[in-house]
Amino acid sequence: MKNTNEMELIFDSKSVNEGFARVAVAAFMTQLNPTLEEVADVKTAVSEAVTNAIIHGYEKKVEKIRIHCRLEEQILYIEVEDHGKGIEDIEQAMQPLFTSKPELERSGMGFSFMEAFMDDIVVESEPKKGTVVKMYKEIGKGRELWTIQSL
Amino acid sequence: MKYQVEENSLTIFLPKELDHHNAEDIRRKADRLIEKNHIKCVIFDFRDTNFMDSSGIGVLMGRYRMICLLGGEVWAVNTNERIKKILIMSGVTKIIQIYEEEKV
Repeated sequence: MKNTNEMELIFDSKSVNEGFARVAVAAFMTQLNPTLEEVADVKTAVSEAVTNAIIHGYEKKVEKIRIHCRLEEQILYIEVEDHGKGIEDIEQAMQPLFTSKPELERSGMGFSFMEAFMDDIVVESEPKKGTVVKMYKEIGKGRELWTIQSL
Repeated sequence: MKYQVEENSLTIFLPKELDHHNAEDIRRKADRLIEKNHIKCVIFDFRDTNFMDSSGIGVLMGRYRMICLLGGEVWAVNTNERIKKILIMSGVTKIIQIYEEEKV
């Protein structure tokens, strides 16, 4: 049987919760024995997704953001969901440097960072309904297991 | 957060985590100091910073836009490996230089 574990977080779309969200996911993934770099990668990706939900999804209105995490063996699946205004053109939104809010000094790198730091990311969105960002990352990839080396 | 003005250069000592939540505050204070003191050189000091996301890149790019109109420059100092990686990945190092102190 597969070793699995799940958790769900629901919190207000306030910017002060960005730090909370990424630290909570980082704490949850420690059971996979990740490297510091893997933890940093996941924290950055979660931070980007949550910031997007706050700024773009809800445009600073206070509503709920939901994060769902699931571990399956060494793979961490993360979903970040909002019920905000949604994305009209997902392809355009995911282009590097594209931003719908240049006046807020958004760099337009949010999705690029999520793509770079996670193994894969899928965005599902419907205008006026909301957005779900689904991403996953395999933890401990390429790390040598010292226990199988001959002593 | 600490800010230090010396002649026409401004050093911003960034917080532990540079995200969207505290980006706004830095932006507002930095811009006020830049205007008031005729700043030409902005130095972002990352000595205490161990987390930055794309909101942080936005802060750096925004200050660069302001400063380059005045003919000045922007530097990043005391960056750890992680911060360096984020800066390089974002491409912001084409306009903002990372200053590395020589190791003795």
